[in-house]
Amino acid sequence: MTGGGVTGGGVKVWVLHLALLAVLFSAQFWLSPYHATNLVRIMVLAVFAMGYNLAFGYTGLLSLGHALLLAAGMYAAGLPAQLWGWSAGPAFIAGVAGGGLMAAAVGLLALRTAGVSFMIVTLMFAQAGFLTLLYFAPITGGDDGFALANASRRIFGFDLSADTPRFLAAFVIFALGLLASLALVRSPFGRSMVAMRENEERSRMLGYNPFMVKLAALACSGLYAGAAGAAYALLFGYAGASFATIQYSILPMLYVLLGGAGTTLGPFLGALVMFALIEAASGLTSAYFFLVGAALVALVLFAPKGILGTIRERWVRWLP
Amino acid sequence: MAFGPFLLLALMEGLVTSATLALAAAGLSLVFGVMRVVNVAHGEFYMLGAVLAWAVAALVPGPPALAFLAALVVAPLLVGALAAAADGLILKRLNYDPEATIVATIGLLYMIQQATLSLYGPNANPVQAPFDWRIQLPWFGYSGYKLFVILAAGLVLLALWAFMTRTKAGLIMRATQVDRTTARAFGINVDRVYMGTFALGAGLAALAGVLIVPIQQAHYLMGGDPLLLSFIVVIIGGLGSLRGTLIAALVIGLSDGVISMFFTPTLAKILATLLVAMVLVFRPHGLFGAKA
Repeated sequence: MTGGGVTGGGVKVWVLHLALLAVLFSAQFWLSPYHATNLVRIMVLAVFAMGYNLAFGYTGLLSLGHALLLAAGMYAAGLPAQLWGWSAGPAFIAGVAGGGLMAAAVGLLALRTAGVSFMIVTLMFAQAGFLTLLYFAPITGGDDGFALANASRRIFGFDLSADTPRFLAAFVIFALGLLASLALVRSPFGRSMVAMRENEERSRMLGYNPFMVKLAALACSGLYAGAAGAAYALLFGYAGASFATIQYSILPMLYVLLGGAGTTLGPFLGALVMFALIEAASGLTSAYFFLVGAALVALVLFAPKGILGTIRERWVRWLP
Repeated sequence: MAFGPFLLLALMEGLVTSATLALAAAGLSLVFGVMRVVNVAHGEFYMLGAVLAWAVAALVPGPPALAFLAALVVAPLLVGALAAAADGLILKRLNYDPEATIVATIGLLYMIQQATLSLYGPNANPVQAPFDWRIQLPWFGYSGYKLFVILAAGLVLLALWAFMTRTKAGLIMRATQVDRTTARAFGINVDRVYMGTFALGAGLAALAGVLIVPIQQAHYLMGGDPLLLSFIVVIIGGLGSLRGTLIAALVIGLSDGVISMFFTPTLAKILATLLVAMVLVFRPHGLFGAKA
């Protein structure tokens, strides 16, 4: 079983995760404001990628439509804030719920298919969602999107448009997401998710209902995507249809493949490394998507298990 | 203009869409049928055909008809060669695993798109039609070139059908499609069949790109719409079935022509995409495909 580290390790695993969180928390004190803002972006996108990892890395559901879930969270948080002046707390909760509900709705239909058909169906749903955002441009702002009023970007009296509260908010969401995903994949339910990936027929014979397990996993994935979309809208004060395009379905897949599918820290590592790569290459070329494409091809060819997947296989067996 | 002629115009525009769509979708369907590979970069091969047609037209001196004829030959060959290289360097090494090849062709899509942007630029460039006859109908004049596109696509599809059913190479491809292992046991070089199929599929998309470029301009992002429409056509027609693909291309192209004359194109696209997703969910073998 490739998820060999899912259960072992115990204390070491929690120490590793808490140590990473401690380093990230301290980063706000020693990073320049520019890099700290980038780190906020990375943490938010890593939450999105962690959700993708729950579906793809652990449950084996290769979706090409996660942009729809991100956008669902973004607009479920952004529109009430924009239209009815909701503050950041309720708007964020609406965003998380929006992502989860959208994932459940998509899953009810799309999970009747598997493999390549599942990929195409999710892609089609996401495309329909993107076009719907364009169609209702008078409300959604279409391609241009809309900026959130600063009044809506306040939580417990803190202004989320200022650097420190923004960093802390992103950190809290990221930390909760990471620890929840660690607890989830080490729980019995997490192991039944892995069972779907490894051998769906056998787990059906053991008495699991594959459809329900996959639907629940996809809904969890949607909660993460919704949280990331809502966080992006509230922290950066902007919602737009560009977040529903196919690029935002590909990016979490890239992060997860790069960091290591089916590892808890892989999504964050993948997002971090990809940001660093693009930053380093921006001096050489403006063709940012060329790098994305080349990375995808190189990964499936030479390192299908990603960075942490390879490390786990060779050296650190207990890595979750 | 009265309703009747207006509808006729919409249907003729739809027929042009159907023609190029049928070519591109036939390529996608062929690749999926024989190799079981979903080629997400297919739309980029279409775009490359159009951009190369522009390049050839700029390089070849003399009358536009000569340059266009050269483009019709050169562009599909070059794109086919690129596809063959991609097959040998990437897809073959992945053992044509369905999910890994989708990720790889997504990567290919981004690389081709960005390379074109860097080399060709962000502008849309026109290519002159090889001739500019107009056919004068009682109600409106119609471009003779558009009728030529319909005719040419029809001829190419006929040739493809004859190739698949009447030649030895076609027989070998069909044998590989039915059972790759048995085909190999009978001494068929499956690797070469796959490379040829991928090149042929890409060449068909490129040909569609060359044919459309005097009507639409060549632009580095033009591959997105045909990719989505080809997917729709191939799914409705039944994955891997050429006859189904042709029927579906006619239906989709004509209804696209009519709907976009009377309704906003965005709404039409939303409904079409949702409809196709539903077909995949409830009729996984397409409306015309046989049960696997």
